Amino acid sequence: MAQKTLYNKVWDAHSVAILPTGQTQLFIGLHLVHEVTSPQAFDMLRERGLAVAHPERTFATMDHIVPTTTRGRPFADGQAEEMMRAIERNAREFKINLFDFPSGRQGVVHIIGPELGLTQPGMTIACGDSHTSTHGAFGTLAFGIGTSQVRDVLATQCLAMDALKVRRVQVDGDLRPGVTPKDVALFIINRLGVKGGIGYAYEYAGTTFERMSMEGRMTVCNMSIEGGARAGYVNPDATTFAYLKGREYAPQGPAWDRAVAAWRAVASEPDATYDDVVRFDAADIAPMVTWGVTPAQSVAVGSPLPDPAATPDAGERGSMETAYRYMKLKPGQSLADLRIDVAFIGSCTNGRIEDLRAAASVARGRRVSPGVKAFVVPGSMRVKAQAEEEGLKEVFLAAGFEWREAGCSMCLAMNPDQLVGDQVSASSSNRNFIGRQGSPTGRTLLMSPAMVAAAAVTGRVTDVRTLA
Amino acid sequence: MSKVTSVRGRAVPVRGDDIDTDRIIPARYLKEITFSRMGDYPFYDERFTPDGAPKAHPFNDPRFAGAEVLLGNVNFGCGSSREHAPQALARWGHPAHPGIKAVVAESFAEIFAGNCVMLGVPAATASKADVAALQALAERAPETVFTLDLESLTMSGGGLTVAVAVPESRRRALLEGSWDSTGSLLANRAKVEALAAGLPYLNGFR
Ligand code: SF4
Repeated sequence: MAQKTLYNKVWDAHSVAILPTGQTQLFIGLHLVHEVTSPQAFDMLRERGLAVAHPERTFATMDHIVPTTTRGRPFADGQAEEMMRAIERNAREFKINLFDFPSGRQGVVHIIGPELGLTQPGMTIACGDSHTSTHGAFGTLAFGIGTSQVRDVLATQCLAMDALKVRRVQVDGDLRPGVTPKDVALFIINRLGVKGGIGYAYEYAGTTFERMSMEGRMTVCNMSIEGGARAGYVNPDATTFAYLKGREYAPQGPAWDRAVAAWRAVASEPDATYDDVVRFDAADIAPMVTWGVTPAQSVAVGSPLPDPAATPDAGERGSMETAYRYMKLKPGQSLADLRIDVAFIGSCTNGRIEDLRAAASVARGRRVSPGVKAFVVPGSMRVKAQAEEEGLKEVFLAAGFEWREAGCSMCLAMNPDQLVGDQVSASSSNRNFIGRQGSPTGRTLLMSPAMVAAAAVTGRVTDVRTLA
Repeated sequence: MSKVTSVRGRAVPVRGDDIDTDRIIPARYLKEITFSRMGDYPFYDERFTPDGAPKAHPFNDPRFAGAEVLLGNVNFGCGSSREHAPQALARWGHPAHPGIKAVVAESFAEIFAGNCVMLGVPAATASKADVAALQALAERAPETVFTLDLESLTMSGGGLTVAVAVPESRRRALLEGSWDSTGSLLANRAKVEALAAGLPYLNGFR
């Protein structure tokens, strides 16, 4: 069992009791809520006559279903409008905080938590969304949960949880030019597999993460779940504190110094022990592109696609064969030069300001290839405002990208942003599952925002390092 | 809340590793604000073409209509945390069919397995060879009635008995009928408030 890790410290500090089943009753310090997985939970509270135990620790927003072409209400889609009304009504009735359009703070739930300073080291965080692991970038234990568990957290501010093991995923060295945190995440998932993390929390450590920005750390922690790990975290350090300082919900005045002392103390000890340790060298990581229908089915851009026949495991071989059929690709071929139809920059993985800057630096002075639909969806209203202040909007518009309102958009295509038929999308999001981007035959290639921009301007999968 | 000690029923194999919850229920059906109609949609895009014509899928195969145990492979239910996925399985075919009451697979994504238990649906794992044997038997003889027994941790039917595993806390929750955790969490309210009163970040870091 892991000892003296951040995981142990935060878990112990939030353990309320051992339940009769043997599970731990874990106090949840911050509960984030979005419109899709919560309405049934609020209905369950009503049916049972329960209140929200800690409305002041509960923050809601809308991200999954919102259209990104307009903020006008009512929405054209009646179901989406009904869902909006449900979360507005539930927030009002249960007196929880709501970051809606008029607040100027709406956005993808995993983007606004950090940017508002709600997400702080040492917290336990839950949200009815698997990418809650994002918040681990701040040294939190953050779990994605189902709707019945949303009900539990609303009613009790607690979850019934089984302890996880801790794997230290250590990456050392500087990333090579053109290699981004997204590539680090895809590389780790490729090496450890989509189920490699089942039963684990991942502690990302080593000099690569120590030198990484908070936004980069969020990208990596975000994709922990794609590797099967329910939670992933980075120990808090000076980079973390610098990011948080001055944010709306961050401690102010004398409380700030006390907070920093408390945050430092939750980091894993130098002599901590782990259930497992894996090590990688940053120099081995190249820009990555997925070719299949799981986030582990990826290659370094330009490398030949793998041969299922060389895969000993029958199940994995079957998965690969399914992927090749669905993606209409062949073993041995290279993705470089594969034509794309759509370029999507956004999502909780890569919809933050640094991501937009990286994409804009590729788009600057270039034009979206004819026939490609390229669009940028900032992760939040704040990200959008900042990008506009920095002139990124003009860069994108001049290059022929569309500039949209904040939301999840084509990451999961619950709004009108969807692939059509078997279109190929270069996407900065996190899932290339069958049908994920709104068409049952649509094909998604995951890559970094800079790589998406490169694909947009060339019309093909392109190694961003070759664009001078 | 009812105790779940065993599940008896016919089985439907859904073969393949890494079957994610987007495949179990496409995102567009998540626009409904209740779970009541989820039973109409499991595996929708795998079962129907865009024009609504049925495709070959075990959930469309009349031999498996009314099956109550789903037999999956590796990493079943990965991806999105949407509880709509186990809800869709548990409500599949209502009212004509009982819905899926248990899932047996080689391995599960954690959030999915946890969501199943919150609905009183056991998610049990078995070895690769045993799952293969169960799937083969269910395909060869779909009328076979299986029993998933949580006391003896076995899955048996048609002369075949294999060992299964369920994490002990979840097994106890099902056996004791405490799988809906809200009640047991509420019981410790005083302890919860005491813990909250001592958490630095809830108290200005004093
Ligand atoms: S951006 Fe995508 S992954 Fe993130 S919360 Fe929205 S739908 Fe989920």
